[in-house]
Amino acid sequence: MRWIRRNLVVIAGLLTLAYMIVPNIVVMVFSFNKPNGRFNYAWQRFSLDAWKDPCGVADLCGSLTLSLQIAAWATLGATVLGTMIAFALVRYRFRARGAINSLIFLPMAMPEVVMAASLLTLFLNMGAELGFWTVLIAHIMFCLSFVVTAVKARVMSMDPRLEEAARDLYAGPAQTFVRVTLPIAAPGIAAGALLAFALSFDDFIITNFNAGSTVTFPMFVWGSAQRGTPVQINVIGTAMFVIAVLVVVAGQIVTSRRKKAATS
Amino acid sequence: MTDTNTGGDVRLTGISKTYGSFTAVHPLDLTVPQGSFFALLGASGCGKTTTLRMIAGLEEPTTGTVFLGDKDVTDLPPYKRPVNTVFQSYALFPHLDIYENIAFGLRRRGVKSVKKQVGDMLDLVQLGDKAKHKPHQLSGGQQQRVAVARALINHPQVLLLDEPLGALDLKLRRQMQLELKRIQTEVGITFVHVTHDQEEAMTMADQVAVMNGGRVEQLGAPADLYENPRTTFVANFLGTSNLIEAEVVETGGTDLVVTAGGGKLSLPADRCSAAVRTGGKVLVGVRPEKISLAHADDAGKIAEGRNRVTGRIVDSSFIGVSTQYVVNSPAGAELQVYEQNIERDTRLAPGAEVVLHWNPAHTFGLDATQDIDAGVETVEDAS
Repeated sequence: MRWIRRNLVVIAGLLTLAYMIVPNIVVMVFSFNKPNGRFNYAWQRFSLDAWKDPCGVADLCGSLTLSLQIAAWATLGATVLGTMIAFALVRYRFRARGAINSLIFLPMAMPEVVMAASLLTLFLNMGAELGFWTVLIAHIMFCLSFVVTAVKARVMSMDPRLEEAARDLYAGPAQTFVRVTLPIAAPGIAAGALLAFALSFDDFIITNFNAGSTVTFPMFVWGSAQRGTPVQINVIGTAMFVIAVLVVVAGQIVTSRRKKAATS
Repeated sequence: MTDTNTGGDVRLTGISKTYGSFTAVHPLDLTVPQGSFFALLGASGCGKTTTLRMIAGLEEPTTGTVFLGDKDVTDLPPYKRPVNTVFQSYALFPHLDIYENIAFGLRRRGVKSVKKQVGDMLDLVQLGDKAKHKPHQLSGGQQQRVAVARALINHPQVLLLDEPLGALDLKLRRQMQLELKRIQTEVGITFVHVTHDQEEAMTMADQVAVMNGGRVEQLGAPADLYENPRTTFVANFLGTSNLIEAEVVETGGTDLVVTAGGGKLSLPADRCSAAVRTGGKVLVGVRPEKISLAHADDAGKIAEGRNRVTGRIVDSSFIGVSTQYVVNSPAGAELQVYEQNIERDTRLAPGAEVVLHWNPAHTFGLDATQDIDAGVETVEDAS
């Protein structure tokens, strides 16, 4: 009993972690399955077939490449625009600043289906051809709010004296921005960019409404789920998960190394 | 330091700053002599920091001109002025280590080999072993020294210090005051120091400008300001003063004779900054440590020719080197007296009838039309 009481927090933590991780593990395990028939829902036997041939399903790798491309461009666009908006909102006093400050949250608060449908209406009325560009515009739009929020928090906590100190120490406006402002705001910008990438990569609803005949990876998964689920989907999912984990772990190792180097 | 800049004085002429309808600094003229340690002293909101920032170029003056030597720098941005600032709370770059913080100014000016200069600077502020640390790993006092080194390495004509010791505890502050004074003597650069701490200003500066409400109330050497305040604000803000309202009865001689609370007091006419006429009012001032206290029974033993005020002790506090008494008298309420603890008279306790007496030469006179309490208790930390 005493042991349980003492380790209650740890146990609760591990259970919560398991709750989050078990679905990922299921995906991972089933990427090694060799299903009978088209549906990969019941475990049959271990096989490396899917891993050896991840692009073996028609159109899968094409949709993946497209999704990665859209995510990369959307991240770039949203991060640049969002960072500029965040700086403007924190640093400058201008007309409609208050309005922009609250409107920027709208895409986060609005139900995605509503936004998707209204975007489609807008695109159709403008006579735009649905496809890569409409999807990209839509993604930049909804990623913006997240980038602005992340960067704004960072910029608000920045001491404006740091930039004054830089200017006082012979750094012109450009130098001040590159040498002081940007490096200090970088964690916020990076967090915003990561968020934007993740959101853009797996967005389904908005994309599905505005993609026309273009098929992104989430749309491919959805579409194939009607007719059967190829094991390759699990392979891609597992690979993405592993890459994400590796990035996080590498980041942590670098930070702790830096800290150690600084204290020693 | 091998500073070849002949520099010259910092001259502010007619400089002012207004924000909308609020005037932070009224037009003021100020000359800071080259190589001096100059303090701008005042309570928060008096315009001292704004004045400093106008010298740095971080604030644009509404009117007036800033001269460094003969050069008009009013329109130069901060990064083109040969002036560096030690900011309040230091503003060290958190993403750079101590070495790079100190090298920042040199690198921006395109100096290639910074190693020797940075090393010298680290030695000057005794932080050679901390070069690879990040600012947050240093104590407050160490960060403060990095801020000084980061500014000084550029050999500015003028070093501006904005409340640089405000965040430090009392003991460390005393230590850093001496340290800064040492560095200033060593490098010989003009220091302009902004502070609300009157002790700090008096300890460190050669010249002090006392500011109040966006104006310079009085400018002078610390001892001069302390002994000869010309306004009630200066009298109360720099240390403590007893100010007694009095009526002038005799003018013309080298001494001024006045009456207060039924007794006569005299003071040197040249120490009275107010225009006086017989029958007019004047504020008579004397510092608490100049006053001696005698029990009423010993009143006869007091030497002739000293100013006397009778009263009753209402409070006394023993603080080690001295005892501080508060005395109510017909001449004025709550007069402060600091008696050194050499021979303590046990009769001097609250309730005792006493005579306050002092050398008339230690008395000063002020214009009676001012607020008698100006500058009292406006110091945020009454240390």
